[in-house]
Amino acid sequence: MKNGAEYIIEFLEKKGVEVVFGYPGGQILNFYEYLGRSNLKHILVRHEQAAAHAACGYARVTGRPGVCIATSGPGATNLVTGIADAYLDSIPMIAITGQVKLQDIGKDSFQEADITGITTPITKHSYLIQELSQLPGVLDEAWQVATKGRPGPVLIDVPKDLFLEEQDMAAIHSHLITRKVAREDNTEKMMPLIVERLSQAKRPLILAGGGVISAGAWDALAELVQRTGIPVVNTLMGKGAYPENQPLALGMVGMHGLAPANLALSHCDVLLCLGTRFSDRVTGNRRNFLEKACIIHVDTDAAELQKNVITDFPVHRDLNEFFKILLEDPALVKSEANAQWISRIHQWQKKYKQPTEFSGPLLKPQAVIQAVARMADPDSVVVTDVGQHQMFVAQNYPISSRRGFLTSGGLGTMGFGLPAAMGAAFGRPGAEILLFVGDGGFQMTLQELATIREYRLPIKIFIMNNGNLGMIRQWQGLFFEKHYVASDLPAYPDFIKLAGAYDIPAVRINAPAELDEKVKLALETQGPMLIDCQIEANEYVFPMVPPGGKPGDMIGRWQDETHICCISGE
Amino acid sequence: MRHTFAVLVENNPGVLSRVAGLFSRRGFNIESLVVGETEDKTTSRMTIVVEGDERVLEQVSKQLNKQIEVIKVNDITDDESVNRQLALIRVAADQSSRQEILQITEIFRCRIVDIGRKSLIVEATGDEIKIQAIIESLKPFGIQELVRTGKVAMVRGVK
Repeated sequence: MKNGAEYIIEFLEKKGVEVVFGYPGGQILNFYEYLGRSNLKHILVRHEQAAAHAACGYARVTGRPGVCIATSGPGATNLVTGIADAYLDSIPMIAITGQVKLQDIGKDSFQEADITGITTPITKHSYLIQELSQLPGVLDEAWQVATKGRPGPVLIDVPKDLFLEEQDMAAIHSHLITRKVAREDNTEKMMPLIVERLSQAKRPLILAGGGVISAGAWDALAELVQRTGIPVVNTLMGKGAYPENQPLALGMVGMHGLAPANLALSHCDVLLCLGTRFSDRVTGNRRNFLEKACIIHVDTDAAELQKNVITDFPVHRDLNEFFKILLEDPALVKSEANAQWISRIHQWQKKYKQPTEFSGPLLKPQAVIQAVARMADPDSVVVTDVGQHQMFVAQNYPISSRRGFLTSGGLGTMGFGLPAAMGAAFGRPGAEILLFVGDGGFQMTLQELATIREYRLPIKIFIMNNGNLGMIRQWQGLFFEKHYVASDLPAYPDFIKLAGAYDIPAVRINAPAELDEKVKLALETQGPMLIDCQIEANEYVFPMVPPGGKPGDMIGRWQDETHICCISGE
Repeated sequence: MRHTFAVLVENNPGVLSRVAGLFSRRGFNIESLVVGETEDKTTSRMTIVVEGDERVLEQVSKQLNKQIEVIKVNDITDDESVNRQLALIRVAADQSSRQEILQITEIFRCRIVDIGRKSLIVEATGDEIKIQAIIESLKPFGIQELVRTGKVAMVRGVK
């Protein structure tokens, strides 16, 4: 005989879960009673939202589901932002929430909220357990749903009384989902054509999305690039899918993509899209996205095919399976025109270089990021929050390690960075965690400094402090005639004193001259450290494809130009 | 274009709200949705009529398929199928008009299921065109109340 709480804990242990993130409350106290006696390590966060983001950070560095736990009502609703974040970035996550007693459901009881209903649109599935005998089947299924195909979050809501109810669980047969009817698959038919297009393309390009990373298909992608010589651009979520220190890695495309990458995208004649969903941040105007190019789209989620962009070859396959078929085909060769194409890209790279030398008395955000990238261990995990600094990191911090870059891509959640960095620290013990966060986003979840201090997590918190909401300010500057409404953040708190209150060491970087020395100091310090980088407030993220534009049409500053100019991909 | 989907789902609480929520969330237009238990108590059949172009319909089918509780999605628009709706029509009827209404219901093979002093309730089943025709024929007498179901459909013969 086992009760519900014991069964859940045993299930998680069997699945190899070591760490869970959570916050107790009335309806889940019974579960905590047994959690405290188990081998699972429970990390007490200081707000449930952080539990969800930390579980997400854990999942992003390990590839295994992150687990977060909260009580009913407000505990559960506080998870919502983190669950939505995981849903949009396809991160495997199991959220377990306590619910009021079965007989109290629907009575507007104390701390009651319909969390399965609330999370329906932001989970792959949400379950309300209504009798204990459902639990084994639901847990098995939930784990599968979270991890199989396109990963994502799953929520399991357990009424309080079921944690203590006992039953002979071994006698219950759990039923698994095997009912789905298989649909037709015409991949095999398309493959010879795809191989032909790739091998004969004049200007082929690979667009790597987050799906490459969730499929763990780094080696296969590298083999494909090596064999065909096709250059690679990536989405924000696909950063690190192909090592960025390789010559054929052109970097990020999209609204703030690098100019050569966006130009390659707008000029390619055959585009192989791997595990990406044509976000509006990548395509600009979806209607006329690369009208003339042949687009091959491979995704494990059939619903992504032909959703945002109509493609010539929609391939519904797990990426690893697709690579296997593709790479086994002897007809796949380097196209003859490849060298010419590469030399054209080299010209763009020469002409539209990201700045690497900075003069002037003010500290540039790019300079900080480049300095950290230069000095840090390449196996560090880089985490960002959301905003200008996020784009600066995407542009200026080359990632070559696997699962070494964590960012809130789809939902764009400010406040994601700090708790996600915590999850990464638990998911990859021993690794250095480098967090870049704006002064705005930092203040959304800064209560987690307490958790970071408690466990002395090796997180270096680089606050890109410009005293305002940089990306908002940039949009107001470019598109709202410089009406800076509600984007100013006054010069407090004093982040150094704040770190002091949490007993976390901190330094401030005021000027370019002290940059290297203080970054070095931070990287050499054991445990957590906060680095308050006083960056220039008027810096814009460039290049920029204005919203609704075409990938190759960008505004920006290049080389030594001081004024903003346009380039056109046409 | 208007399409009819036959969707087999698990007979769980909440499955209707999931499917309905999916349609509103993704901006799909439901024309009608009928749901009921099948011969197997653990499953329900939904008959959903959707308006949209080819791309929308493809998305509807794929998004439905992604739902855990959805077992099978069939687009039966182009199949030979039996389609039925049911309508209850309360129509004003006094001594002078009653006879004429009765004749109309006979022509359409409807049934009178209630007789009041000043009105009748007509029960009509048929495909959409027939139901529409009955309504049009009864309109001149004065329709006081009308309820109708959405469409249920079944593919003919063995498929």
